[in-house]
Amino acid sequence: MRIIRLLSMGWFFQFKMISRSAFDGIGQVIYPLFFATVAFFVFRAGDSPRTLLYASLGAAVMGMWSATSTTAGSAMQRERWYGTLELLVGTPVHFALVLLPVTIAMATIGIYSLFATLLWGWLLFGIDVTIVHPLQFALSVPVTVLSFGALGFLFAVCFVRFRAAWALGNMFEYPVWLVCGFLVPLTFFPDWVKPISWVLAPTWGMNAIRESSLGGAPLDDMLMCLFLGTFYVAAGVLVTNRALRSARERSSLSLT
Amino acid sequence: MAVVETLDLRRTYRTHTGTVRRRVKEIEAVKGVSFEIERGKLFGLLGPNGAGKTTTIKMLITLLIPTGGTARVLGYDVVKDAQEVRKRIGYVFGGERGVYERLSGYDNLRYFAELYSVPPKIQKQRIEELLELVGLKGREHERTEGYSRGMKQRLHVARGLLHDPEVLFLDEPTIGLDPVGARELRATIASLIDAGKTILLTTHYMFEADALCDQIAVISQGQIVAEGTPEQLKSRVASGSVTEVEVYGIPDDTVERLRGLDGVLSVWVEEREQAQVLSVQSRADIQLTAAILGHLNGTSVGRVSHREPTLEDAYVALVKEE
Repeated sequence: MRIIRLLSMGWFFQFKMISRSAFDGIGQVIYPLFFATVAFFVFRAGDSPRTLLYASLGAAVMGMWSATSTTAGSAMQRERWYGTLELLVGTPVHFALVLLPVTIAMATIGIYSLFATLLWGWLLFGIDVTIVHPLQFALSVPVTVLSFGALGFLFAVCFVRFRAAWALGNMFEYPVWLVCGFLVPLTFFPDWVKPISWVLAPTWGMNAIRESSLGGAPLDDMLMCLFLGTFYVAAGVLVTNRALRSARERSSLSLT
Repeated sequence: MAVVETLDLRRTYRTHTGTVRRRVKEIEAVKGVSFEIERGKLFGLLGPNGAGKTTTIKMLITLLIPTGGTARVLGYDVVKDAQEVRKRIGYVFGGERGVYERLSGYDNLRYFAELYSVPPKIQKQRIEELLELVGLKGREHERTEGYSRGMKQRLHVARGLLHDPEVLFLDEPTIGLDPVGARELRATIASLIDAGKTILLTTHYMFEADALCDQIAVISQGQIVAEGTPEQLKSRVASGSVTEVEVYGIPDDTVERLRGLDGVLSVWVEEREQAQVLSVQSRADIQLTAAILGHLNGTSVGRVSHREPTLEDAYVALVKEE
């Protein structure tokens, strides 16, 4: 019970903090517009209106992933800048319980990006955004958000000992767009890419959202997404103490 | 049993130089520091910037792993029992950083109350009491980005006390505060001692350590160079006189030669704007002005003056002579 309270309060305060940034807010308005435009121009050659929805959903999840990956990479650096990383590490709770709500809060911001992209597509380009299975869609979105947050958590834990790790977060942004099939179907890629896609939860989250929107069976994708998310959290928890010890040895918890 | 005890505590940092030919450089920040703090006492770690105060405190609060020696807080080893130590200590760093600026002061405290497992039933009351204690009542619902430096510093103190810790570590808590704010904070620190807390305070202000501390250790270049009560440190300079000479570009070997003069207790040089001030503390019964000026032959000399030694002299002499 205490852990649930700690996670939910941590999420609440982190979400409150992130959602109050004016500059991040501008990006959240402009990026979805950009993603919706890309999706429209890439796929307008297709003759089916559902192809445009397929692309719009991909673009929407791109926004979600961008919000998570870039911010997960910079999460530790942000805490260093604030001078709060040492304060967080110095608390008696397991650091995983401190960090997980941070990355899930960041992924939650991505929900806005998803809906904003779909809205822009509908308003500007007249893309039909009819969702075939609304209930399953409503379920697949939080499942995807949680798995994104879990993956971001694993990244952030691994980054904690490196002061310049924020750059790695940016590096992960674009490859995941491709290998998880956000815009281009995975069948277009060589076979060696597929195992990489399968171990990345965004692949399954994307599938779940598309299947529920376009009329398919998203349950297996959701389960796989949840399984991988749980695996990331477990791996992150196992790595946390080792990563923190290394940071304490290297004196990299503070800026100087 | 001592509440805080360190034995031969050491910390070496490794840095790299060069881009192509990377070389590892080792910097010994703390070189075998040992001290003990008794329950309910305020212990001052006094030293100039870069002396090793913050490194020592960070090892004690489990944020840095020592490269040698041991340290225990309330009987728990700071490396092996880090979680147990963290439950029982509070710490406050000086400066403006360390607050979430997009949250209110109240939300900052609530967040850390959760992280320190303060029971939800008493959280509100505890935060209200602390806001009252540090004088932030009425401003707690404003975002901290609008807080002054002093207000942020007081918020740090409130955060450090949220879980009612037995031991407090205060790292230069009054740095950058205006005189009134610093005085108020010192009064708060004194009230914490009255409440039975054990405190380790680092500072580079001699008068602050003198006013607050039961015991003082002077640290310079990673080593403790003197330890005792403020009175014991003061007794080091109770007698004698100080000759101050304004000089320009005094060579190091001249300073060494002055140290060897009969009756000289200590010699140090301070940079002041474009000039340097050479201070020579000597026994009161010896007149050394002529001998000092004789050794300064060839060095540009300005004003010469004599005065009684102060407590500040003891501190400056200790940290400059190392």
